[in-house]
Amino acid sequence: MVIFILRRLLQACFVMIIISLISFAIQDKLGDPVQQMVGMTVSQQERDQLRNELGLNDSFLSQYWRFAQGAIQGDLGTSYYYKEPALDVILDKLPATLELAFSAIFIIIIVAIPCGVWAAIKPKHPVSRLIMVVSSIGLSIPIFIVAILLVYVFSIELNLAPSFGRGETTNIFGVWESGFFTKDGLRHLLLPSMALAIALMPIFIRLIRAEMMEVLQSEYIRFAWSKGLSAPRIYFKHALKNTMLPVITVGGIQAGTLVAYTILTETIFQWPGMGFLFMDAVNRVDTPLVSAYLIVVGGIFVVTNTLVDLIYGLVNPTVRLASHGL
Amino acid sequence: MKIKVIIACGLALLFCQNALSTTLKMAFDADPISLDPHEQLSESTLQFSHIVFDPLLRWGKDSQFEARLATHWQRIDGQTMRFFLRKQVSFSSGNPFTADDVVYTIERLKRSPDFRAMFDTIASATAIDTHTLDVKTTYNNPLLLNMMTYVFPLDKTFYQHQDQIIKYGDTFASRNVSGTGPFILTNRKLGSRMEFDRNPNYWDTDSAGNVEHIVLTPIHADSTRLAALLSGDVDFISPVSPIDVERAKKVAGIQLVTMPGTRILLMHMNQERRKEFQDVRVRKAINLAINKPLIVDKILKGYATPAGQLSPDRFLGHINGLEPEYNLEKARLLMQEAGYEEGFRISMMAPNNRYMNDEKVAQAIAAMLARINITVDLKTLPKAQYFKEFDRRSADMMMLGWQSDTVDSNNLFEFIIACEDTNTGLGAYNAGAYCRPSIDDDIRQSNREMNPERRLRLLQRIEKTLYDDAAIVPLYWQSLVWAAKDNIHIKDILNDQNFPYLGDLSIDAK
Repeated sequence: MVIFILRRLLQACFVMIIISLISFAIQDKLGDPVQQMVGMTVSQQERDQLRNELGLNDSFLSQYWRFAQGAIQGDLGTSYYYKEPALDVILDKLPATLELAFSAIFIIIIVAIPCGVWAAIKPKHPVSRLIMVVSSIGLSIPIFIVAILLVYVFSIELNLAPSFGRGETTNIFGVWESGFFTKDGLRHLLLPSMALAIALMPIFIRLIRAEMMEVLQSEYIRFAWSKGLSAPRIYFKHALKNTMLPVITVGGIQAGTLVAYTILTETIFQWPGMGFLFMDAVNRVDTPLVSAYLIVVGGIFVVTNTLVDLIYGLVNPTVRLASHGL
Repeated sequence: MKIKVIIACGLALLFCQNALSTTLKMAFDADPISLDPHEQLSESTLQFSHIVFDPLLRWGKDSQFEARLATHWQRIDGQTMRFFLRKQVSFSSGNPFTADDVVYTIERLKRSPDFRAMFDTIASATAIDTHTLDVKTTYNNPLLLNMMTYVFPLDKTFYQHQDQIIKYGDTFASRNVSGTGPFILTNRKLGSRMEFDRNPNYWDTDSAGNVEHIVLTPIHADSTRLAALLSGDVDFISPVSPIDVERAKKVAGIQLVTMPGTRILLMHMNQERRKEFQDVRVRKAINLAINKPLIVDKILKGYATPAGQLSPDRFLGHINGLEPEYNLEKARLLMQEAGYEEGFRISMMAPNNRYMNDEKVAQAIAAMLARINITVDLKTLPKAQYFKEFDRRSADMMMLGWQSDTVDSNNLFEFIIACEDTNTGLGAYNAGAYCRPSIDDDIRQSNREMNPERRLRLLQRIEKTLYDDAAIVPLYWQSLVWAAKDNIHIKDILNDQNFPYLGDLSIDAK
């Protein structure tokens, strides 16, 4: 276990260095930050001076070295636009994104598990067929269309939920701006989390169904039936638990997709989270913020995947982490 | 049963909305990067300035100057103008407004990297008494009043000693504000929200404005902004994308206001990169082959005015009757005469998120040029990368949009068409490398010409020369489109510079 975590840490450092290098290397391709800062009529000399002040004329290596020195001390640079440390800006927006992601995951869990199980138990039932058809439609429609459709139906036509933003938030523990505790905040959460959930749900429904069907064919389930155990106990205690292994693995991988989709969802719904911040930063060529975002997201990836591996061990004790070469 | 009632009550609570009649919720495409009105010369900064500050004077409905903090003005001599200021005006900090504040503001503008270019021609500003000041220019400047629309007096006592202007820097002025304007900033979350309350001591008591509270949300995506209006989450939006206009028009309770704008879209033909462009016949052929009315009609859905010159209708240099001409036959003939019947291959660059439908317009132009055998390698880029390439003059033809800050033709000529000179900054956006000394002379003269008649002739002469020379490809002037709920009288407060005078906005109670 200890060796596993140490090895993971080492890997994480390596991954972070690569990410920081890449995010630094693409900076030049993003555009010219100075161009975005000044008005159209500002002279070339002024621009050059500003570029000098920002240290943009230094060589790639010396810029990277300066960045790396700061990064080790937890300083990922200062955002041009927000005028604050990039890390603070991102952490400030993190709650919004996490709440959105949690709501989506919550919706996925309460919808995908029952649907998947139902579709596995009664594969020929019309409801199961409907679930499968809807989920394949969900798989094939891009998220921005889903999102725009949701806005059109629920917000413009039915006027049930607001179309953008986060609404009223309350501050809890002094650091976390939460939308979970006001009705306005919850209403605003409705459409974006639904859009995000719809994008990710189908794969889980299909996976749970397929795995469950396979498990239901196995010897020990047949034995459980002949032993006279009750149906719910067989389905949920014996079958579902063993279905969860691959679901957790895929869930870990899907965390990446989740992050990618939050960028889209947040942009469409003007959700003031990290993904929205990132898109904005790219448009404004706020390079320190772009690099910091990539590093933070890289960090989240490494952490979730480590957690997934740990949970894997808990769910299935036969998996020995160290011997798996994980 | 009980649970059902609770759920029902909860849902009812969840979906009921309480609306305040005098609150204006608006969504624009950007919010100001800083509270410092002198940090960036941009549309959003100036829109913000009109909310929290007051200019000395501003453009009125009839394209005439309207007195604001200056009640009247008087020319002393060719280089000096005397301004008489409004009395009994105070800043939101409580400090009284005096001539010292205006002097201070003008001096600070001269220090601002973005505004310096415009205010360089002001030699000095001196207070005569507490409410009178003289502004001296370095030479006879016919555009002094135009410049004064950019002077939003700052509270000297509030700002002084902590008033550095640092681009994207964490300065006092970028986070604190004290103005005389109709509204006072109460809350700001950078990039997501700004809130204002009406200034209870606002001097303009004759104003019809009755908005008590403003919530400004920047929404970048066109479709989200429109959806926010249609769903009733906001009351007033700008801009509206041309493809959405038809849809928005059909919705009951929503009004659309359009106005011909002054931003000219154009293409430069780089004569330094391509010897073909040095031939006036080729430049003419290109102008004739691009069907500007069709582009406006099909791509911008009519929300633009096809242009045959740089100056829009209300500018001094505008020549009536200089319409864009589309004639493919003539264009082919000219190409033949010039010896390029077989055509040639050029590169073209355009932004894809800066101007309305810019990418599609560029594609259309490329297709139109193919008909006179000019093969175009088109590359479109996001604005962040595009202007870097523009500065490098990376392509044979490049797209540019320009709005004159001074609401005057000469600003267009100075930046777009004057011979490029890195010392004076003239021709900084001349990506055509077109250079004609006679035009530069006329530009210089019209900067100093005080006689409106003679100035008009000078500016029109430049415009005519550009047309005869086919120096550039003017495309169209982009229209401005706003949308709001019916009970909000936005029509009365909008103008072609897109600086809504929100202080004067009135909303009918529903």
